[in-house]
Amino acid sequence: MTAESTTVQVLRQHLIDPEICIRCNTCEETCPVDAITHDSRNYVVDPAICNACNACISPCPTGAIDSWRQVERASAYSLAEQLSWDTLPAQEDVEAVAAADIPLEIARITAEASAGQGGVAAAPWSAAHPYVNLHTLAKPAVATVTGNHPLTGSGASSDIRHIVLDFGAVAFPVLEGQTLGIVPPGTDSQGRPHYVRLYSVASPRDGERPRYNNVALTVKRVTEDHTGQPVAGVASNYLCDLDKGATVNVIGPFGTSFLMPNHPGASLLMICTGTGSAPMRAMTERRRRRIADKEGGALMLFFGARAPEELPYFGPLMKLPRDFIDVNLAFSRVPGQPKQYVQDLIRIRGDDVVRHLNDDECYVYVCGLKSMEEGVNEAFRDVCRQHDLDWDTMLPSLREKGRYHLETY
Amino acid sequence: MEAINYSEKIPNNVNLAGDRALQRALEHWQPNFLQWWAEMGPEGTRNFDVYLRTAVSVDPGGWAHFDFVKMPDYRWGIFLAPAASERKIHFGEHLGEPAWQDVPGEHRANLRRIIVTQGDTEPASIEQQRHLGLTAPSLYDLRNLFQINVEEGRHLWAMVYLLHRYFGRDGREEADALLQRRSGDTDNPRILGAFNEKTPDWLAFYMFTHFTDRDGKFQLCALAESSFDPLARTTKFMLTEEAHHMFVGEAGISRILQRTCEVMNELHTDDPSRLREAGVIDLPTIQRYLNFHFAVTIDLFGADQSSNAATFYGAGLKGRFDESKRGDDHRLHDATYKVLDMAEGKLVERDAPMLNALNEVLRDDFIKDSVGGIGRWNRIMEKAGIPFRLALPHKAFNRKIGSFANMRVAPDGRVIDEAEWAAHERDWLASPEDRAFVASLMGGIKAPGRYANWIAPPAMAINKQPADFEYVRFN
Repeated sequence: MTAESTTVQVLRQHLIDPEICIRCNTCEETCPVDAITHDSRNYVVDPAICNACNACISPCPTGAIDSWRQVERASAYSLAEQLSWDTLPAQEDVEAVAAADIPLEIARITAEASAGQGGVAAAPWSAAHPYVNLHTLAKPAVATVTGNHPLTGSGASSDIRHIVLDFGAVAFPVLEGQTLGIVPPGTDSQGRPHYVRLYSVASPRDGERPRYNNVALTVKRVTEDHTGQPVAGVASNYLCDLDKGATVNVIGPFGTSFLMPNHPGASLLMICTGTGSAPMRAMTERRRRRIADKEGGALMLFFGARAPEELPYFGPLMKLPRDFIDVNLAFSRVPGQPKQYVQDLIRIRGDDVVRHLNDDECYVYVCGLKSMEEGVNEAFRDVCRQHDLDWDTMLPSLREKGRYHLETY
Repeated sequence: MEAINYSEKIPNNVNLAGDRALQRALEHWQPNFLQWWAEMGPEGTRNFDVYLRTAVSVDPGGWAHFDFVKMPDYRWGIFLAPAASERKIHFGEHLGEPAWQDVPGEHRANLRRIIVTQGDTEPASIEQQRHLGLTAPSLYDLRNLFQINVEEGRHLWAMVYLLHRYFGRDGREEADALLQRRSGDTDNPRILGAFNEKTPDWLAFYMFTHFTDRDGKFQLCALAESSFDPLARTTKFMLTEEAHHMFVGEAGISRILQRTCEVMNELHTDDPSRLREAGVIDLPTIQRYLNFHFAVTIDLFGADQSSNAATFYGAGLKGRFDESKRGDDHRLHDATYKVLDMAEGKLVERDAPMLNALNEVLRDDFIKDSVGGIGRWNRIMEKAGIPFRLALPHKAFNRKIGSFANMRVAPDGRVIDEAEWAAHERDWLASPEDRAFVASLMGGIKAPGRYANWIAPPAMAINKQPADFEYVRFN
């Protein structure tokens, strides 16, 4: 697959590593658009056909399929070139061009985040036009911290913070659902610059404080990795420890797909866990500020956390009128209560969920840890089955209409 | 007997929950399978937690379901690749007719035989490999072995599903017999020769997975063309798993070659005895293992002239590799194919009717694919600046089936007499001493991130895990 960048010059070209590939034909068999072909020597990807769907990645037994080179679009590696390789070419220096484009790392993170829905989905038809990549690694925007508040209670096992960044006189226009990149200062233990970390914007387009040039982020202090090993997340600890008045290098904005519809009457079905709530908060806040316009459309939220004190924005959320948003909270670690996950609540509210799925005006957003993906998918499948619908045939059509958006990490 | 919770225990896309007859058949068979697994599956592994990939659905997302699993609790699923709408038969006498969703009476016996022969290889390879877990060169390799074992188990399930679902009482009896034959057993052996050979060490295991699982690829590809749609769709899905098995073999040998080359360059020697002292496998020994496994594997394609093969093709039961991509008439009445024959003490080519030579066609496709693999291995020596190159032996070398059976042919294709064979057998095929040396290197490495001295670490970890990931927990 080949993630096309937002400006035309640079392509994140999908390639297959001929040194690792065992020519088993699985990718060619899997590719839904026939972008992969081979001769007696190599398996290769046609950059003109590949559409970033990711379907070939997980079936590959070797990992050879997961190879990428950032190239100038005009000089993408042709099939003939790829067929002649014994090894992958080195990453050529396209920095001059890349500086005006989506960094490789961002493209990789974005591709991974949307992998669960089968690649980047179409945006809703009525979404506002997003600005992307105005500020780059070579020329980041400098923002000032104007707020850093804990969102989790003192008894909580995690530290989640609401951080407000002000861009002053620098343009940094964002839409709800977009992300921005934080560049932690310094280098890692091997002297390389730290990777960029992406955060979803938690505030609506007109700013955390309306009509000021600022955005809010929801940041969880990372103290362990996915397997539970203690590790201090570089960017999250950097952000959580920032004092008011400190400056931060920010790149972006990024994201052209996970955007909210703007037309009157559009409904939102939002499912999130933990800091996956950031884009949901942004969208909800956007709609709250426009309550007086009486544009119609329902909001339904499924929100999971370990316990109420670890649920970001729990207080403000509970104060929202019930007829404005239908809130369903799932807690998995409340002593004395059975564990409950968002997928359990989706099943309980199956009738309403299916009504929304069937409603062409309803747009679905899922954001949270990778591990929630499968549970949510299963829950959708179950509630659909109970209504004689087939989720697996419904999903592609939802995506096509820009009605299903998933971002997991 | 406890009833099985079908949707939970047996991930499937064949509506198992709604098929009572199939449930009853499996309820009878499943406990016997688990009993067989306990007796003949990987030795002493009942309690291990293994980081395994389980297929939970046939779409790309359902593939990479990784988790720690105890092997007896592995969810052996039943999956058919998605149906193509209005699939048509595309070769043989029924060309152009709709593919069969059920077994036509006149082809019942032949189809059952094809499915049983394929199905028999799956438990056989697990039996052949059951002791290897004790001597794995790393946790990574141990995990890969177990992944292959559970997937061969799933392939058995796939064939048993077809037998139960489409072949009535006969099918059920054949399914039971699949659990009763034993690899290498003199009274009740597995059906095919290569599956009664021993897989005594990890060099043999990698050779087996490289060559013999590649035979599996070609057999499955030929069956994926079948007019019997459930068989075609089942084998299509199995191919995706077969790819992992070939990867383990090809990468395993690559890593051995890489390590040997490193030591050759460190010691500036190609002397096998010095390399053996240094604890790595010398390249000529690897070539001798290769010769053995290649010959045993190409025997699996059957006799070079076969009326069965012609019948299977004409009836539309089994196609050629890449049948749909070939440009001929897909009936082959007038087609010929070059086969090897003996004339005046030499091997010569002659034309034979292609229908009768279809085993040879498939064998040659396999050989072409194998040549590519050898080329990739040779690049390791090339990169290391070592002049030694591996080569495939001639296809008449050391054959036990077909017209070269029991003829003496050198690896270069010369027909030779018994005396010359006896003088060189030890140069061409791994000797008991070679095998004893390789066996002496085998010792289980159980520390995460550590590898035996005779093999290089892999280029990539499984599922992007860190290099020192603990793939197997012994408990």
